[in-house]
Amino acid sequence: MTLMARELKASFAFVERNFNLTKRYWGWEFAWLIYSIAGALAVSLIGRSEGSERLLLVLVVGAIFWNFLSLVFEFIAETVQWERWEGTLEYTFMAPVRRYAQLLGSAIYAIGYGLVHTAVVLTVLALFFQLDLTHANFATAGAFIMLGSLSFMGIGIAAAILPLMYVERGGQMVFVIQSVLLLVSGVYYPISVLPGWMQAVSHFSPATYVLDGVRAGLIQGTPVTSLFADVWPLLVMGAVLIPLGMWTFGRAERYAKRTGKLKRVG
Amino acid sequence: MTTVLDQVNSEAIARPAPRLSPADAAEVPALLVEHLTKRFMVGRKRKPVVAVNDVSLRIRRGEIYGILGANGSGKSTLIRLVSTLLTLDKGRVEVFGHDVQREEMAVKRVINRVSVDAAFFKKLSPHENLSYAARLYGMDARDAKREAIRILARLGIGEKRLGRPLEQMSRGMQQKVAIARALLTSPTLLLLDEPTTGLDPRSKLDVQSFIEEMRDSHDATIVLTTHDLDEAERLCDRIALLNDGRIVAEDTPDGLKTMIADEYGKEPTLESVFMTFTGRSLDDDIGEEDQNKEDDS
Ligand SMILES: Nc1ncnc2c1ncn2[C@@H]1O[C@H](COP(=O)(O)OP(=O)(O)O)[C@@H](O)[C@H]1O
Ligand SMILES: [Mg+2]
Repeated sequence: MTLMARELKASFAFVERNFNLTKRYWGWEFAWLIYSIAGALAVSLIGRSEGSERLLLVLVVGAIFWNFLSLVFEFIAETVQWERWEGTLEYTFMAPVRRYAQLLGSAIYAIGYGLVHTAVVLTVLALFFQLDLTHANFATAGAFIMLGSLSFMGIGIAAAILPLMYVERGGQMVFVIQSVLLLVSGVYYPISVLPGWMQAVSHFSPATYVLDGVRAGLIQGTPVTSLFADVWPLLVMGAVLIPLGMWTFGRAERYAKRTGKLKRVG
Repeated sequence: MTTVLDQVNSEAIARPAPRLSPADAAEVPALLVEHLTKRFMVGRKRKPVVAVNDVSLRIRRGEIYGILGANGSGKSTLIRLVSTLLTLDKGRVEVFGHDVQREEMAVKRVINRVSVDAAFFKKLSPHENLSYAARLYGMDARDAKREAIRILARLGIGEKRLGRPLEQMSRGMQQKVAIARALLTSPTLLLLDEPTTGLDPRSKLDVQSFIEEMRDSHDATIVLTTHDLDEAERLCDRIALLNDGRIVAEDTPDGLKTMIADEYGKEPTLESVFMTFTGRSLDDDIGEEDQNKEDDS
């Protein structure tokens, strides 16, 4: 019990620190918000130009929830890189904190941050397009956000090792993972338009199920209880990816400590 | 299970430890290093570099122990091995009886390290950085804040400055905040890796006198690496000379001097000691203000 409390307290160290960093870099946060809104608007306007209300909604949901998932992924995947850049990586790794407490703290902040960010973008788009969300089932959207966050936490943690192992190229590899997920997950188009092999890959992306579920919830008002086909893959992926991510991270940390890669280059 | 630790911690609160009592030999050493070796593979060709080569040390509780060596002699690697930031290739390291590899957490709780580059979130204020540190070490954030204000006031940094981003502070000030951050967690083994390198003379003196004060007021054992001879002589109870990853001599500053007094005509200086044992001068590394002593060849 007390051990658990102690670890949670340590997790809060990361939540508070990231919050303080967000505050200090508020100019960037604002710029990023504008960038996200502009991007989501630009994509969604394709729906308007086609005169299809349905396409518009599909694109709005795709843009907004992809934004959320990639934010969560990026935040977690970049925890190591960020600290390396600041020069605090060794300090953090030397502290008496279990790695899961650290990664949990990063994930909690990432999800909280993502939610606020997404809520703002959603509000702006809803006002801009005068979206009719009266039939929307927000509980379904919320459930898929949480389920999707679990899987993206797992992938993010596994991806976080890249900057740990490849001091210079790691960040670029994180970017590659992100773009592949965007391509195969049916963010802006149904996966049925993909070639067969890509469709097969798309079944392994948690984003595929999140977007499918959120669309059903927000556009058709489907309750989460009728979306079991999208729920169970996410539960399985969360249950597999988080432990797998943690395990990979542990291995990478040991590798970094053996080869001296925690130290900043130069 | 953690009796040694508990004892150390409670004593740290209860009273300042007596320095170097005669019973030391029987005591668990603050730091025990035995036949420690660490090798890195460097560059594309993966050329092996032995950074720390068969080093053994036994540091008593309450000591300030100096590790004196030129740039690249392996000082930082040695400190990192003790700080659990590197795994050992060979040998053994124990901090107050806790093995760094098997009892990593227990070791992490009692150590802290100050490195050459003050590792901070530069956009955050000292307060925010220290609050992060306090939470990492499981301290109450409010107590930590009070303590930090006290330590920093002693180092000449007023409370007003603690809310502004660290990047607006001079290197000297940043290093003082780094030392305050390390002290905040009441480490019983404090590892100072070139804490004064690159500081202006004034900050250097401040930091040095603070280290002296710390030894008298805290129950901390300090390992200090430096390539500044005066600093080593002024602060350290014992000094090890490190050359190419190996310890070539170890004694008190005076002991080191008497060791070479015979072959050296006049009163030896620590610099002549260093020259004798390592065959090189400390001047030829990164230079700086070390060049003002040329009383030996
Ligand atoms: N992380 C690392 N990766 C590769 N080589 C390293 C690493 N750390 C230290 N070295 C090498 O080990 C040797 C000792 O370095 P270091 O311990 O930093 O010395 P010092 O602190 O005394 O200047 C140097 O040759 C250095 O290049
Ligand atoms: Mg060094």
